[in-house]
Amino acid sequence: MKKQYLIKGGRVVDPANSIDAPLDILISDGKIEKVGPGLKVIAHEIIDAKDKIVTPGLVDMHVHLREPGREDEETVKTGTRAAVHGGFTSILCMPNTEPPLDRPHIIKSLKDVIAKDAFCNVYIAGTITEDRSGRKLADFEKLKMEGAFAVTDDGSSIQDAALMEEALKNAALFKLLLIEHCEDTSLSLGGVMNKGFISTKAGLRGISAKSEYLAIERNLELAKKLAVRIHIAHVSCKESVELIRRAKKAGVKVTAETAPHYFTLTDDCCSTYDTNTKMNPPLRTKEDVDAIKAGLADGTIDIIATDHAPHTDSEKDVEFDYAPFGIIGLETALSLGIAELVDKKVLSWSGLISKFSANPAGILEMPTGNLKPGSPADITIIDPDKEYIFKKESIESRSKNSPFINWKLKGKAVTVFVQGTITMRDELIL
Amino acid sequence: MAEKKTVWTKKDLLGLEYLSKEEIELILYTAASFKEVTTRQIKKVPALRGKTVVNLFYEPSTRTRTSFELAAKRLSADVINIEIEASSVKKGETLIDTGRNIEALKIDIIVVRHNASGAPNILARSVKARVVNAGDGWHEHPTQALLDMLTLKSKLGRLEGLKVSIIGDIAHSRVARSNIWGLTKLGAEVTVCAPPLLIPDGIERMGVRVTTDVDEALKGADAINVLRMQFERDGALAFPSKLEYFKQYGITAERLKNCKKDIVVMHPGPINRGVEMSSEVADGKNSVILEQVTNGIAVRMAVLYLVAHAKGAE
Repeated sequence: MKKQYLIKGGRVVDPANSIDAPLDILISDGKIEKVGPGLKVIAHEIIDAKDKIVTPGLVDMHVHLREPGREDEETVKTGTRAAVHGGFTSILCMPNTEPPLDRPHIIKSLKDVIAKDAFCNVYIAGTITEDRSGRKLADFEKLKMEGAFAVTDDGSSIQDAALMEEALKNAALFKLLLIEHCEDTSLSLGGVMNKGFISTKAGLRGISAKSEYLAIERNLELAKKLAVRIHIAHVSCKESVELIRRAKKAGVKVTAETAPHYFTLTDDCCSTYDTNTKMNPPLRTKEDVDAIKAGLADGTIDIIATDHAPHTDSEKDVEFDYAPFGIIGLETALSLGIAELVDKKVLSWSGLISKFSANPAGILEMPTGNLKPGSPADITIIDPDKEYIFKKESIESRSKNSPFINWKLKGKAVTVFVQGTITMRDELIL
Repeated sequence: MAEKKTVWTKKDLLGLEYLSKEEIELILYTAASFKEVTTRQIKKVPALRGKTVVNLFYEPSTRTRTSFELAAKRLSADVINIEIEASSVKKGETLIDTGRNIEALKIDIIVVRHNASGAPNILARSVKARVVNAGDGWHEHPTQALLDMLTLKSKLGRLEGLKVSIIGDIAHSRVARSNIWGLTKLGAEVTVCAPPLLIPDGIERMGVRVTTDVDEALKGADAINVLRMQFERDGALAFPSKLEYFKQYGITAERLKNCKKDIVVMHPGPINRGVEMSSEVADGKNSVILEQVTNGIAVRMAVLYLVAHAKGAE
């Protein structure tokens, strides 16, 4: 039997159960045993959560762990250490590994690594197409049987509309969430940043916002006609927000995520040719940032996911044109969410934790994301006032490709429970 | 031109976007005095004696490289030319490693030409050596714009209030961008003119007027800067045909008839005769194309001199 813990005196924010109140939580045998005011029970250890916010463990449904194949960038071990360091207790790992997670035996061997190395719960997404080639569907039934929770060709987008239609049908049949990276590559080919005034000024080839929202428009239409679910990854521009808003109103079964950099940074950042501002989709304009925030506020965007995309210094320390897309995000997401969304009154604490926990867990049907007695004790304790400078040396991820290095941030996960075990406490991963 | 009290403090010259009006004027002022040197019997001053300049070229360019090489030599600097094939970059040494290796050879100034926009910016923050941008991607070609401005100023006596039209492939032109920054900072009124597909997003926010009609761009202009037109980009055509381009946008004697009589015609070279400009115009009385080449050396001497002696940039 695992240790018993009593988390005492914190403000419990559990949006799945409509709770935002000062409550205590008793953890027993890896599960949440009791939640209530002033619990008087005997536990092995009492965790003082005074002035802290106690939430269901955060869930990041968009993480590139790079294993197998690019262990120089990230591994299951380093990626999940980064996750718990950032307050996440569950992640969904993307299948664009080398080889990609397109066949059950590859998923199986990854599961063996996860069982051995992971510091948090790791859920797996398989690919939509074999070899992520965008040509032939993977065997969804087998992927599902091996434990995949979702399918996506993330990093690439399905260009072929007929194939997309088949993928949506099959995903629904096998109850897999289809996550689509929406990009019409005919409009983005060769681009390295948002197409607009800044790309003109910098002399860099642009990626039109149309490449994103025209693909979203097509996919929403397909999902609508088939009456099946679709999840839109990393929404970055205002037109996409509006399309998803309208689709939701029209009853389309669509969910959507955005990443912290899309509500924090604009394409102005690319002016210095800092390759840690290069990601796909690219950073957009202030208007887009405002639209993303409005979409988060009114529920159009359900989820904040990091699109944690590790790349080594040597890959990134090159000309802007030659650098790979992507930044790490697990260790800054919560602080950026607090700064840009809670402090700026876009979301309440409950709203923020919904996007970071209850919503992704609910959409993926993960047994986490709420603090109901009987649930696994995945819990994140946040110090909302803790100020710190995000230092390169503090990064747990194997890669350090973050545009937020040396930023002054506020609000941080201080204690993390994964299935009833303290996995992170005061910066130490245990 | 009155002497300016501005002191040059910048380690690098990366683009005219990053310079103040006063700094640009200082370069032009310094260039005017170096221009005198280039007309002497002995065309050499000891201003950079004991300094070493490397021309690091990732893109072939005989004319810009030669101009920088001559400029450095006339300042008595030692010069080395390094040419790297862009196609080998991805497999080979990174730009930053190359820069650091060059620096380890105790080089004072790196003049860099690169096909990737922003490469000089990245290089400049990785090395202590001075970095001078000799053209990067579609971004900037500051010394070209400076020599264009020096030429205009010596021809027309001023830059402020001049109407200058830049005609051609604006989207892919670093010459256009540097000219826009430089000219607008010095108070000229700039118009850009290109076929619709070659006008980049938001260019008007750089403070220019935009037109697709070449006759409109010519009307009332004190000077025109005609860009070299490249037809093949990424295997696709930016314009249907050379002949069609010449018809729509080519600068001909016929077109110049409706312009100011003493309109100054510039071109950064090399010219495609019969594409962006007729031979008659290129060789005609309004053309200052060869003076631009001469002024290029003076401007580059000024830039090398100023960055080498930048105050507080050690």
